[in-house]
Amino acid sequence: MPELIAKSPLGTRSPLTIGLLRLSEAPIMPMTSIAVFPGHDKAIAKVLKPMGLAFPAPNMISQKGEAFLAWTGRDQAFLLGVAAPMIPASAAAVTDQSDAWAGLIFEGPGAHDALMRWVPIDLRPERFAIGSAIRAPIYHMQAIILRLTANRFDLLVFRSMARTAWHEIELAMMTIEARSQRSK
Amino acid sequence: MRIGGKGLIDRTKPVKFLFDGRAYGGYRGDTLASALLANDVRLMGRSFKYHRPRGVLTAGSEEPNALVEIIGTKNQTPNVRATVQEVFEGLNARSQNRWPSLRFDALGINDAVSPFLSAGFYYKTFMWPRAFWERIYEPLIRRAAGLGSLSGRHDEGLYEKAYAFCDLLVIGSGPTGLMAALTAARSGADVILADEEARLGGRVLADDIMVGGKPGSDWVAEVKAELTALPNVRIMTRTTVTGAYDHGTYGALERVGLHLRARANLPRECFWRIVAKRAILASGALERGIAFPMNDRPGIMMAGALRSYLNIYGVAPAKRVTIFANNDSARASARAMIKAGVTVAAIIDSRADAPMEDGTIVHAGAQVTTTRGRLALREITVRKGGEDILIETDCLGVSGGWNPTLHLTCHMNGRPSWCEERAAFVPQPGAVPGLFAAGAANGTFSTHGCLAAGHAAALAALSDLELRPASVMLPEAEDAPYRIAALWAVAGKGRAWLDLGNDVTTKDVALSAQENFSSVEHMKRYTTQGMAPDQGKSSNVAALAVLADATGRSIPETGTTTYRPPFVPVSIAALGAGGRGTGFAPQRFLTSDQASRDRGAPMIEAGLWYRPSYFPKPGEATWRESCDREVMMVRETVGVADVSTLGKIDIQGADAARFLDFVYSNMFSTLPVGRVRYGLMLREDGFVLDDGTTARLGEQRYLMTTTTAAAGLVMRHLDFVHQAFCADWQVRFISVTEAWAQFAVAGPQARVLLNSMLDEPVDLPFMGCAPLRIGGVEGRIFRISFSGEEGYEVAVPTRYGEALFRDLVARAETIGGGPYGMEALNVLRIEKGFITHAEIHGRVTAFDIGMNKMISAKKDCIGKAGALRPGLVGPEREQMVGLRVSGDKGLVAGAHLFTHGDAISRVASQGYVTSVCWSPMLNQWLGLGFLKNGRARHGEKVRLVDHMRDVDLICEVCDPVFHDPNGEKLRA
Amino acid sequence: MRLSCPLCGPRDRREFYYYGSDDYLNRPAPDAQPEAWDDYLHLRDNPAGELKDLWYHELGCGQWLRVTRNTVTHEVLQTELVADRKVIRR
Repeated sequence: MPELIAKSPLGTRSPLTIGLLRLSEAPIMPMTSIAVFPGHDKAIAKVLKPMGLAFPAPNMISQKGEAFLAWTGRDQAFLLGVAAPMIPASAAAVTDQSDAWAGLIFEGPGAHDALMRWVPIDLRPERFAIGSAIRAPIYHMQAIILRLTANRFDLLVFRSMARTAWHEIELAMMTIEARSQRSK
Repeated sequence: MRIGGKGLIDRTKPVKFLFDGRAYGGYRGDTLASALLANDVRLMGRSFKYHRPRGVLTAGSEEPNALVEIIGTKNQTPNVRATVQEVFEGLNARSQNRWPSLRFDALGINDAVSPFLSAGFYYKTFMWPRAFWERIYEPLIRRAAGLGSLSGRHDEGLYEKAYAFCDLLVIGSGPTGLMAALTAARSGADVILADEEARLGGRVLADDIMVGGKPGSDWVAEVKAELTALPNVRIMTRTTVTGAYDHGTYGALERVGLHLRARANLPRECFWRIVAKRAILASGALERGIAFPMNDRPGIMMAGALRSYLNIYGVAPAKRVTIFANNDSARASARAMIKAGVTVAAIIDSRADAPMEDGTIVHAGAQVTTTRGRLALREITVRKGGEDILIETDCLGVSGGWNPTLHLTCHMNGRPSWCEERAAFVPQPGAVPGLFAAGAANGTFSTHGCLAAGHAAALAALSDLELRPASVMLPEAEDAPYRIAALWAVAGKGRAWLDLGNDVTTKDVALSAQENFSSVEHMKRYTTQGMAPDQGKSSNVAALAVLADATGRSIPETGTTTYRPPFVPVSIAALGAGGRGTGFAPQRFLTSDQASRDRGAPMIEAGLWYRPSYFPKPGEATWRESCDREVMMVRETVGVADVSTLGKIDIQGADAARFLDFVYSNMFSTLPVGRVRYGLMLREDGFVLDDGTTARLGEQRYLMTTTTAAAGLVMRHLDFVHQAFCADWQVRFISVTEAWAQFAVAGPQARVLLNSMLDEPVDLPFMGCAPLRIGGVEGRIFRISFSGEEGYEVAVPTRYGEALFRDLVARAETIGGGPYGMEALNVLRIEKGFITHAEIHGRVTAFDIGMNKMISAKKDCIGKAGALRPGLVGPEREQMVGLRVSGDKGLVAGAHLFTHGDAISRVASQGYVTSVCWSPMLNQWLGLGFLKNGRARHGEKVRLVDHMRDVDLICEVCDPVFHDPNGEKLRA
Repeated sequence: MRLSCPLCGPRDRREFYYYGSDDYLNRPAPDAQPEAWDDYLHLRDNPAGELKDLWYHELGCGQWLRVTRNTVTHEVLQTELVADRKVIRR
């Protein structure tokens, strides 16, 4: 009988700190795609209500305690942090996505500056508010970018591309730091 | 020479740099040009065609002459403008386009034979014999005419790209730009102020103008301090806005580290993509020359540049200066020089009514008719009222007037309009939506006018942005009128240069007109006017004025060539920052990646994925030995391969079956739960899009697999079909490719291997699927085969992938099996006649691959009508066949097939080969290919020819399934 | 170039995949004449002016958009979700 050991997308990579910015791998957490079938919004709302959640508007997150529901597409959201509740099969397609994505936590003052080396979207705090969730590219990669708290981004990229994502953000961190040292 | 007490350079920070191997001193804040001039180096380059000695002409990015190579430890950059490159300790610059040295250039001979090298000479001279062009003439011309040289190595420097967003982008920080930025910033707009110089201020500094009753540099410092303190303003110096693009997008090139010694992680340049709701073009104006005979000698420069060098860098380019102008602006240069103690020998003013000037002689109604001095200007001849005056001088400041720097307004096809009063083109309002040209860029030349225009442009932008303008006082400044009487060229003997960058003279333009290349676009291409690195910034307008004169038309009638991005040269490295080498695309790694590399497997790219090619064993010298062994291993015992790269799409809903029936050519609604079916997907035009197996996991749930290569394509296609034709159906789907690690276990011992590790023994019919538990982990098992052997695919959540792969391989090895790679996988599928995208390459129909029966007659599907169109079925089609040949001479993919006895010609081609392999099982070469009416030709011998690889052999046409045609092993 | 995704907001052109004319939305009935299919698959207008075409927000939300734009002025007049369109039942 084999014993299967779980491995996170980046394995044992330790967090990276350059200047004021820090990049780390998020622990694997439950992640479930909920794609609502046409005309079943009410049925979904009924399931979510006891959890203190509402189906999020585009580009938004609904949060309650550990659980948050991030918008990821038309009539589609990812439930993160908690196991999926029982959802009637007629109301939504429910798909486990926990292993499909690599989570990166990128934090520090000015993290948006580094990220905007690769992301063609205005991520400055006043333009990308806490509680936002967007589908956007990180350079060539599809990603989900979440802002849960100030000075921090939670990034989701396809699991197989985690190393490339890490490398690209590391590069941006290094150049930002080198720029800040430039006048010294 | 350096002038004490002048300039904004930091005299407490001396720096040493090299030019042509010789050490010179300068100060921080100097450009290479200013530092060389301070050292009395005036010869900075050789011209493009005639190799004439050249000095610096301007003090800005429009410089055509002083182009140098900058040599770094990791890069060598040609054609760097000495007027833009700042000096730093250790800077190593080299003059270019000369041999053996700048002072003595052997190709200076070109100048002596210049009558033979006029515009278009190579079209006429090197016509015969034709065969000489590529091997002799072109290399010769390329060596003779040219710009800087490349190192021949990769540029290992770091480049960056970045995005920025703002309400208002202000381009240029002269009086107009600063006033606009200040007004908008105080009103709360989110402002980016970009300037290509290292310092803010533009001509406020260069002209040392009084603003608000104080020296301009003080005013600039005050405004800068206020802007810097505001959180809603970003100041980007050393940043040239290079292009205006659709919907408020602007490109900008920042020189991040080019002014510093190379240091780790500091990018050389950054290419910005700025999205601005509104923009103000406050880019000023560029001074233009006058085409008088022999106007290209070192020491002849723009009058405005004289002031820039003096006021910004504290440098006087010479001891005895002369001015030649047709307008008032050049007087400021004369005054500044006199004030700094430099002798101004005379002012030659072409206007008969030119005013006098204190401290020097003014020759009114006069023109410079020729000059002398080989490596530097020595003397000029001035004609005044039929009389020639000789003036000794080592510097001539020329001003033929000012052209608004309106380039960006033309980037979206806008055409500037001619203004007779200013003798210049001015921008067409609204030429770029959301962009306002203001100040000198819009033809307003007084300081007061610019300040007011910057303010007004900001108010217009604020109104568009629906922001309330804060009050801003306009500081006082000079408001002198701009008086000019157009003078483009001076008649006389000798060549008069227009485009110094490409060595184009007035004679070349006249010749162009004479040979009937009289449209401005034809003239440009005939003479190469404006096609040098400076893109004719200081010469284009004069050239078309000369053309207008030669053709007897007015300037507006002659028209102008347009300006396209980029405004200044942009390195490809900056545009493509991040994309070099493996940065070109994301790299996708399998969970088994490390385990495969541990076993020495060379990895090959399959799409973006890295997959093991083969797993070498000790003693195996070539990939073929490993591959042959792995093939036999699968056929005889068991092999394990990571197949996680295949696209997986989870499809759910009451209408899921109906949706699959619509996107696949065959039926899926009839597939029982727990079973898998092969599906064929067509494009709407009837050609094959992709294939794969789809499993029915539940009454309303399917799992589709796609090929690795087409996973993204299929998702896009499904999204389209769903959203365009059946968005209201009860069906949703999502990619789960990355959620599952999936491994093929294939071979006669596959079941033995699996049973040794599963919680329950396998009991699946061929094309069955079921949930499974493995070491307590929930997974799935499918009985499918891409090898022709009894085969299973086991899927577990990706986090367990590596552990499962290592375990499977270890167990396989105990019973004589092991891992197999892409090479063996390919041989196994060819032996079995299974297709990949080598066969379904976008030009084949279901009929061609023998699957026409898979287009169900009972339902509609995407591509059904298209596939049945005339011409897509029938004996004239190239149909898939197998090919085989014994002996060592191998088949090659890409070869063409010919009927035995036919001539070998393109039109006689009967088809082509798509996939080949050596089959260790059948001991012969096998191939798949397409042959006209091929299914009726099994048994025929055809000729296979590949001229590229020198292959010409006879092979036999057969059924594409070589191995186990009845599928007995598959169903075992 | 920028396009405004009805769900995601204004985005850079690099996020989108271009497909072609919105004629692709008007799929003929399965039994339509070959001429109708030929028209649907191959025949396109190439107007200097207003044009409707299809873009896929590939690096964003995965939605197909119908974009109305002017090929002369480059103005984008409207973007709508293909999925929101009322499907004409065959």
